[in-house]
Amino acid sequence: MAVATIAAAPTAIAGGTEADTRRYTAGATQIIMGLVMLLGFGLGTRTAHGASTTFGMTLVSKQGTHVPDWVFPARPVIVALAVAVVLLGAARLAVQLPRRWRLIGTSVVLFCFTFAFMAWSAADPKGGERLILPSVLDSMVIAAVPLVLGALGGVVSERSGVVNVAIEGQLLFGGFMTALVGTATHSLWIGVIAGVLAGALMGLLLAVLAIRYLIEQVVLGVVLNLLALGVTGFLFKSLMQTNQNSYNNLTPFTTVRIPGLASIWVIGPVAFDQPLIVYIAVFLVVLVHLGLFHTRWGLRTRAVGEHPAAADTVGVKVLRLRYRNVMLGGAFAGLGGAWLVGNVGNFTENMTNGKGFIALAAVIFGRWSPFGALAAAALFGFTDALASQTSSLQLPIPSDLLTTLPYVATLFAVAGLIGRVRAPAADGKPYIKG
Amino acid sequence: MSDRLKRILAGIGSANTVTVTVLAFVLSVVIGGVLMILSDQHLLSEWGYFFQHPTDALSGSWDKVANGYTAMFHGAVYDPHAKQALRPIENTIVDATPLVFAGLAVALPFRAGLFNIGGQSQLIIGAVCATWVGFSISAPMPLHVLLVIIAGIIGGALVGGLTGLLKARFGAHEVISSIMLNNIALGVLAWLIKTKAFHDPNRQDAISKPVKDTALLPAIHGSSPELNFSTVLAILAVLLVWWVMSRSTLGFRLRALGSNPDAARTAGISVSRNQVYAMLLAGALMGLVAVTQISGTLSASHAMTTTLDNGIGFTGITVALLGRGKPVGVALAALLFGALDAGGVAMEAATTPTVPHDVVTVVQAVIVVFVAAPKLVQEIFRLRDVRRGEASGSGTGAAPSVAPATAVDSAAEAV
Amino acid sequence: MRLELRGITKTFGSVAANSAIDLTVEPGEIHCLLGENGAGKSTLMNILYGLLTPDSGQIVVDGETREFTSPGDAIKAGIGMVHQHFMLVPVFTVAENLVLGNEESRGGPLGWLDRRKAKADVKEVSARYGLPVDPEALVEDLPVGVQQRVEIVKALMRDAEVLILDEPTAVLTPQETEELFTVMRGLKAAGKSVVFITHKLNEVRAIADRITVIRRGTVVGSAEPTASARELASLMVGRDVRLVVEKEPREPGEVALSVRDLKVTDDRGFLAVDDVSFDLHAGEVLGVAGVQGNGQTELVEALTGLRAATGSAELFGRQLVGASPRAVLRQGLGHVPEDRQHDGLVPDFSIAENLVLDQFDKKPFGGLLTLDLDAIAKNGADRLAEFDIRAESERTPAGALSGGNQQKVVVARALQRDPSLLIASQPTRGVDVGAMEFIHKRIIEQRDAGKPVLIVSTELDEITALSDRIAVMYRGKIVGIVPPDTSNEELGLLMAGGSGDEAEAAAETDAEAVAEPTSETDAEAAGEIEAPAEPAAETPAEASTEKSAEESAEAAARAPEREPADQSSESADE
Repeated sequence: MAVATIAAAPTAIAGGTEADTRRYTAGATQIIMGLVMLLGFGLGTRTAHGASTTFGMTLVSKQGTHVPDWVFPARPVIVALAVAVVLLGAARLAVQLPRRWRLIGTSVVLFCFTFAFMAWSAADPKGGERLILPSVLDSMVIAAVPLVLGALGGVVSERSGVVNVAIEGQLLFGGFMTALVGTATHSLWIGVIAGVLAGALMGLLLAVLAIRYLIEQVVLGVVLNLLALGVTGFLFKSLMQTNQNSYNNLTPFTTVRIPGLASIWVIGPVAFDQPLIVYIAVFLVVLVHLGLFHTRWGLRTRAVGEHPAAADTVGVKVLRLRYRNVMLGGAFAGLGGAWLVGNVGNFTENMTNGKGFIALAAVIFGRWSPFGALAAAALFGFTDALASQTSSLQLPIPSDLLTTLPYVATLFAVAGLIGRVRAPAADGKPYIKG
Repeated sequence: MSDRLKRILAGIGSANTVTVTVLAFVLSVVIGGVLMILSDQHLLSEWGYFFQHPTDALSGSWDKVANGYTAMFHGAVYDPHAKQALRPIENTIVDATPLVFAGLAVALPFRAGLFNIGGQSQLIIGAVCATWVGFSISAPMPLHVLLVIIAGIIGGALVGGLTGLLKARFGAHEVISSIMLNNIALGVLAWLIKTKAFHDPNRQDAISKPVKDTALLPAIHGSSPELNFSTVLAILAVLLVWWVMSRSTLGFRLRALGSNPDAARTAGISVSRNQVYAMLLAGALMGLVAVTQISGTLSASHAMTTTLDNGIGFTGITVALLGRGKPVGVALAALLFGALDAGGVAMEAATTPTVPHDVVTVVQAVIVVFVAAPKLVQEIFRLRDVRRGEASGSGTGAAPSVAPATAVDSAAEAV
Repeated sequence: MRLELRGITKTFGSVAANSAIDLTVEPGEIHCLLGENGAGKSTLMNILYGLLTPDSGQIVVDGETREFTSPGDAIKAGIGMVHQHFMLVPVFTVAENLVLGNEESRGGPLGWLDRRKAKADVKEVSARYGLPVDPEALVEDLPVGVQQRVEIVKALMRDAEVLILDEPTAVLTPQETEELFTVMRGLKAAGKSVVFITHKLNEVRAIADRITVIRRGTVVGSAEPTASARELASLMVGRDVRLVVEKEPREPGEVALSVRDLKVTDDRGFLAVDDVSFDLHAGEVLGVAGVQGNGQTELVEALTGLRAATGSAELFGRQLVGASPRAVLRQGLGHVPEDRQHDGLVPDFSIAENLVLDQFDKKPFGGLLTLDLDAIAKNGADRLAEFDIRAESERTPAGALSGGNQQKVVVARALQRDPSLLIASQPTRGVDVGAMEFIHKRIIEQRDAGKPVLIVSTELDEITALSDRIAVMYRGKIVGIVPPDTSNEELGLLMAGGSGDEAEAAAETDAEAVAEPTSETDAEAAGEIEAPAEPAAETPAEASTEKSAEESAEAAARAPEREPADQSSESADE
């Protein structure tokens, strides 16, 4: 999707390498985070007067062993975490650590920050406020599934060199067809299959227009989103709204409880008592990862996305592979759309509401890798869940602003402050022989 | 991407541009019609017994589509039965006005090789600034409006400029950072509307205080309160952007940048600075959209709501594409889209069973797809030739007429 | 395998890239395809390799007519090709690149890769033909010569019987070229045939068994390797070539550009220009020779403000390091960038607009805000006539011009400024002989008008023909500044990093002149040794450059003594 790349900004020569700059930025950011934790959360008014934090540990909506509330004094815990983060930040600033340790450090800092935030939000001198942790995680899973599937669609498509901005439209159309076909056939699962096929169809449309008719791919994605919005909106109003029962009424997904695993303390009901599509999504992430990096299909896909001419000269059918991958990506996104509908039982106009664009951000944030996409989607899902779960706690931070956090983070990421992201070299560039 | 932009933009001067656009319009209207038929259960059942009574299905479909589009025409251009027969044209112009700014806000950076998908955020922040100036400041009439306009421009330009800066300074791709900024702006808007500073204390729902009457754009003539001064602004904007792009040194820089940034840089044109300029200008134009939404007489409430962007940021992209990046083209495209919008609303009201105006979105998207893929339009109309040939029994004669076309295509691909 | 091309014709639009070409490659021969840039060699080979389909004509393999619709077909028929721009995925390992398209799989619906087998196969083939490659290495980390080897192994792993090498020596030092020739002879001994595409006459004569010469898309004849360079040259170019750049010896003037301790990093953060110092005098052409990628590009980018650098580069006392491209241009730089498509021209702009690309906001073309379209058009029309740019009018988009005319536009833009310094990188890359002569003439005119001129070229013959002094770059350092009559062998040695001592005794003094600043900066880098000797350090450097300036004057004086025949063969190689 590159607008012609321009020679990278000149790097400083003596002393300050890019790695150093990044080290300073990261270290300073972490220290600032620690100070925010200390002054904002740890020593703020909310944690004053010996307030204690109450975390609910039982997911009431699902069966599972009852776990008692977790109550602890807010201030000491948060202050301790804040000090740890400051120390980690200082360490980062002082020493050039190997990549693995940097990653671990960053993860620990993020975890501490999040935990401190949650502890702060559920802190109350009277002990009345509580945050139910498994609920946060459960909402995270529900919010993350369409993002994971959409992002996976983006990964498969963009790894082969076709930019997929149309994830939004694929989600939307997939969801719409799931509702329509599912209701007509009285079978949610036939609906899901229809949703997958609808996504693939949108993918085919994208592929044909991008590969054969060479429409600029980002523009095309935007236009296809508009098309999907128009078509589904039109049919929703003219068919579904007037006749809800025959076109838009499904029994939502039921959860599939995995015996044994589902009884694990706190985690069990969240991770192992979910609708089938959740498991499928995780399975697909693993499958695409293995496929991309360990199979002939993956090798060729990556070659076509990096250097299509090289792939062509060794007999790889560049365009055919791109068609297939874009359709496959559409199918993944279609499944994501099916999830959106199957989760609530009906379709509503513009129900994706920008999720496709977030999935696109997850593709980039996750550096075009399936597990990266999963992590990014989980992060987006988590912030979303946290914002909605804490909205009743009357925090001084408005939940509307809280929901923008992942976007701010992504903005920093693409600005290269977190580390430069590198798209497949031929991403968005049509392949023309000769 | 710039290659593709070039390809899109290179078509401007070619002779068949008009043909392709007209045919694209025809195709999209046909597709819209098909959608209308598909959405009518009664008609669908008539098609079910098409072979028994073909006339039922055909005439029913014809009526449906014809009624829909006639209503649209009446709503957008000229309504012989209405008291003010030309009122629909005014509606069209009113609907087209924000699209002119939005289209220019995409077209201008387009020429500089930048894709402005962040119209939504530029509009929102522009609206926040404009609204605040509109309700919090007291000033006499023309001055207040002017301040509101300036505030809108500054708000939009700030966000646009930030996108440009992130790209120029850090190499952040403008599409991704724009998407992020869109979401951030939506969050900020949702929050601001509920704050004491902005929320209208007389209302329960999420809406800001209305701007003062002195902050409203004056109407152009008394009989039509809808048609306001923003249309004049839009015409000025078209002229200004035309002048900038074709007659000014800034335009020269931007065009050079869009066509070959490396050569531009080598020739001493600062890529990063001009990218920021392009995005600043784009943001400013989106800020003007915000002004039309807040201070235009179009907006009944003259206040911010959470849906104030109304998809205009994205529609601007399609308008710019249809206008092929040229200011006058953008103005014409905006008029067409404005007509479709105005007609769509009228159609929804005038038809039974209701034909939802979403069909307009479909028609708009389809036109743009076809305009962006002239080869597709060409092939479709050739295919018709072939079918007609087969129907009249001379199928063999049709084949060669297709073959050279593909040969030409593949040669073009090869070069 | 016997390969025949019969009557191959291919046109792009109205241009015939190939018309009715016949070519036969016998088994076990090294067949040279000789032709100027743009003669149609690569088009022909792309057709043979299935990347392009011919409009008419046949490809016959061992008496059987074959049709190649994709490279896959050509590979199956036993044809392998090493492209001029390597067809390797930079982020893949060598092994991944080598198995791509031909993967060993352990089954499964997506084809589970058998990496161990792949590695073993790579090792086996590379051992069999004596082409060592590391299967685990990332291609982007490998030097160009090794990447080329990977490309050859790739073809051999696909059992190529005929190997096409498209301009393989363009990126190699003379010594690496010799190594490649050894490999080619080895392949020939193994019964394979090699099609060797080049425009360099001495290489053809060194390696070919048979020579086919192509001009303007047609075969104009074949020749034996014993043919003289002059014969080959006139066959290739189509007329008697004017082989010498006419150039009177000239006393260089004052120092115009003084570069000291210049250090520049490349895009990947490596030191590309490593402590370079030299002086360029008014009325002098300094040629920078070297194999592509030894820091020449970065040196020019630093001097033209396109790349950050440390050290100093003063043009008539004004610092260029740290200045923006615009500021450097304001000081009167005329710049012909290395790659006209990439950095020189805005393809959508008209010729007239391209001609003012670096001064559109200066009088008379424009002001702070507005452009003077009439002045721009008039200038365009004038330059069109002056530089004999073949185009319909000055309104023609630059992208629609032929390569030679595009280059003339870029050169015209640099020269119309009446530059205070002319920097021309690869000034004649990819242009035909006529345009080349013209451009050379204009460059020498600048020098004769007393302008300092810096020429960067990877074509040794262009360098020796134009320069008053030659600076050779190797791995970011100037390893020698020598007179233009230095033999190609010596230059080749320097280009391969041979130290001054290894260069011939004739160049002894130059070697000294070069060695001094280098060792001295080493000492400086080492730290304490001569720490307080800043001013002292400067004196010898100046002395040495002065010395070499004297010598270059001497060299220029010697130039006419050179044997005409010798000179001719060298220039014609371009």
